[in-house]
Amino acid sequence: MSESTLAGDAAGNSPQVSSVAEAVIRIAGNSQDGIQAIGGFLARLAGRSEQEVMTFMTIPSTISGGPSIFQVRIGSGEVLSAGDEADVLLCFYDHSYANHISSLKHGGIVLFDSDHVKPSEELLTTYHHIGVPISSLTVEAVGGTGRDKGKNVYALGLIARMFSLDVPKLEQLVRERFAGKDPTIAETALTCFRSGYGHQIQGLFQTFAFHPSESSGQSQVVMSGNEALAFGLIAAGVRFGAGYPITPWSDIMELLRRELPKYGGTFIQTEDEIAAISMALGASYAGRVAVTGSSGPGISLKTEALGWAAMAEMPVVVIDVQRGGPSTGMPTNVEQSDLNIACFGGHGDSPRVVLAPSSVEDCFYTAIEAVNIARKYSTPVLLLTDQGIASRIEAFPYPDLENVCQDISPDFTPVADHKPYDLAAPDGVTRHVAPGTYIASGTYPVVTGLEHDELGHPTGSGKLHTAMNAKRRNKLRKLAEELPVPAVFGAPEGHVLLVGWGSSKGPIEEAVKQARQHGEAISGLHLKHLNPLPNGLEKVFEGFTNVVVVELNDEGLYGQGQLCTLLRARYCDARIRSVTKTDGLTWKVREILDRTLRLTK
Amino acid sequence: MSNLAFPAESLARTGFAADQPAPALPAERAPLTKKQTAADHPTWCPGCGDFSVLALYYKLIEKRKMEHEKICTVAGIGCSSRFPYFVQAHGAHFIHGRALSFASGISLSRPDLHVFVFGGDGDAFSIGGNHFNHTARKNVKMTYVVMDNFVYGLTKKQTSPTSPIGFKSKTDVWGSMDRPINPLKQALAAGATFVARSTATNIPHLLKMMELAMDHDGFSYIECLSECIEFYPGAFDAANPRKGGAFNEVPAEHDATDEYAAYRLADAAWPGMFGLFYQVQRPTKNTNEAKIVTDLRGKVDGLADWQVLKKSFDRMK
Repeated sequence: MSESTLAGDAAGNSPQVSSVAEAVIRIAGNSQDGIQAIGGFLARLAGRSEQEVMTFMTIPSTISGGPSIFQVRIGSGEVLSAGDEADVLLCFYDHSYANHISSLKHGGIVLFDSDHVKPSEELLTTYHHIGVPISSLTVEAVGGTGRDKGKNVYALGLIARMFSLDVPKLEQLVRERFAGKDPTIAETALTCFRSGYGHQIQGLFQTFAFHPSESSGQSQVVMSGNEALAFGLIAAGVRFGAGYPITPWSDIMELLRRELPKYGGTFIQTEDEIAAISMALGASYAGRVAVTGSSGPGISLKTEALGWAAMAEMPVVVIDVQRGGPSTGMPTNVEQSDLNIACFGGHGDSPRVVLAPSSVEDCFYTAIEAVNIARKYSTPVLLLTDQGIASRIEAFPYPDLENVCQDISPDFTPVADHKPYDLAAPDGVTRHVAPGTYIASGTYPVVTGLEHDELGHPTGSGKLHTAMNAKRRNKLRKLAEELPVPAVFGAPEGHVLLVGWGSSKGPIEEAVKQARQHGEAISGLHLKHLNPLPNGLEKVFEGFTNVVVVELNDEGLYGQGQLCTLLRARYCDARIRSVTKTDGLTWKVREILDRTLRLTK
Repeated sequence: MSNLAFPAESLARTGFAADQPAPALPAERAPLTKKQTAADHPTWCPGCGDFSVLALYYKLIEKRKMEHEKICTVAGIGCSSRFPYFVQAHGAHFIHGRALSFASGISLSRPDLHVFVFGGDGDAFSIGGNHFNHTARKNVKMTYVVMDNFVYGLTKKQTSPTSPIGFKSKTDVWGSMDRPINPLKQALAAGATFVARSTATNIPHLLKMMELAMDHDGFSYIECLSECIEFYPGAFDAANPRKGGAFNEVPAEHDATDEYAAYRLADAAWPGMFGLFYQVQRPTKNTNEAKIVTDLRGKVDGLADWQVLKKSFDRMK
């Protein structure tokens, strides 16, 4: 917590109020305790209070139960990451205490359920301990049923008191959460919340209040990356999707299944991953870009059909919510190790587009961009997100939906003649006419995975194969020319340029900020368009002595991460190196800086 | 919006002379002749059973006055799966075994099209076996004709999932030992709502089955014996009266809505029965999905898409 000190006299009866710019709160318990719900309430409250917010959560990959955490960082100014260290730790069990106390800043507050947690004697001086019998007080509050369900909302009340949060807004959020259910559920929850809020916390010497927000009073929405991505696809005009359940992609398909019919569309749960991409390709062929998605293992299964999409030049959007791999790997952990399969997964030369959004808001807009690129270039587009962005909740400015939403209905106007694979097309870009379109010449096209002539009929001609390979590749070179070179974060020259992609943007930019405050000549560059890469990156690299790619994957046989390998292949520049890790967690700012400084010393 | 490097554009379709005005749809349309529906000359071996299936498809298009642009011909991989290239209509040649999934994507998003899928036994029952079961179960509206020749022809004589025990192939030089799939029982067990059997050598019968299949509202499946004269000659002589065999039609008194009776017919000794084994009306996936759309659209009546989305976003403030 900036601008506040926690050293104080614990004996004081009326706590003093300190004004803070931001706070990091970590809640640790078991997955069935409703930890995510408290985090969600806090995040949504921040969104409605025009504050910035970012969350980070871990969930066990077990079916029920298991330790879980939710971390919320709320700030009146810009929030770039979920925070390295917590200011306040709320823990429900001994194991939550033992495993997470080290994530608390020295002098920070640990608020624990004294019914379950026995604090460690030697830590009493390092952290400020406040015990509240949360479980038994919850039981008491709801009328002594002997069950402590609702202790999460009780704890939310304690936090609301500690941070002087807006109680009417929070109560409204609780009511909305249980809207449509038995009204006694909401009432019970509110009873727990009010009891928690009203509890006189022994030993609380100080409470906090956030500075007024620096933002412009713009309306915000609060959602996870998966939600933003799914809504982005709807805004883009996608009306058909097909998928197979796999963590962490399933949320997207569930949301699309529920929402698409409202727009006249549908989402089909298929028998397997292959059927899912095949069905999406069939729907794309029928005239409107369709979507499928998965996580690593499912993406592997889709690669044959992806090759067909490249060959047949069929637009389709494939979402890959990455997780730890290979194989079943670490299903609920964060990793960025599918870049290779996204760019190169497939047999033969099968160029495709790969994009990676960097924040929850970016998920929304990148989904639209993916659809537009797929349509314009008649190409498969892979969209790489990861566990770190999929479940992260952020607030972002309410999009201008009326202008953002687009209609991509197919055009069935009759044509005189049609060549789906016209070699005379400038830059190799052609588009299909959808079935249902009358072609006056009476000659109809076939879309195909066999090497073909301009009408889509099979050919064994080496000359045509060469020409068609060039067509498929040149259209993406054309795309590369149109891609914007991302702006450098920090000065355009210096000692180190940190290059990142995907969900690491926040921590990398925070690392750059901190380093520059300490006089280090470090800047950042974040890539969204990974394949093809925008032209002109080499000019950005020229300004720096070192180019360090920060990515969540293994350094591989040759000592570089996956994007680093791609950049070295593209630019033949030995200054490009990487720092990588695969511990299943997002980057901490300190990790990035320590590793980078060691590498470039 | 500022985040969009690629804003929505109105994209011109390509692959034709842009300066030509769009032709008008002809008001009067004569039935398409074989000359108008035939495309590439088939690559099949002379004498292949698939020729008559193709000829009957042309005939069906003509007889039923289907319009060029409304026909969608889909196939996977195999000799018979070359089908779309030989038909002058919108066509898709997809990957091995997945034609039904691809065709489902077309069918479920385009109720105005006739979707026909053609393929072989390897495509249907081996690599694509899973999709056969699930497309039948979901009852996605389309017609699927499997040209079953009991052998892999395109790859030159390997055992197929329908090869009888004892069949000598390059992968079973001592004779096939795995129990063959009974496609009819497979289709019935999977929940297909139209199951028929015919043969490429009985032209009127096959045409009749194709017409019935086309008129069926749901997933209609025709098991069509189609001889590979190169790698399994004489396989179906027992069902061909011209070769001394017997073409046994499904008895007139068979109740095609009786699933158990259909099973018993499907179990008849070689060369088995021909005709309509099973046909029931069960809501299609197409109508079930359309109903959900109608119900949910009713709740957002009169709103533009962006306003529907705004309702969702307003709940996430």
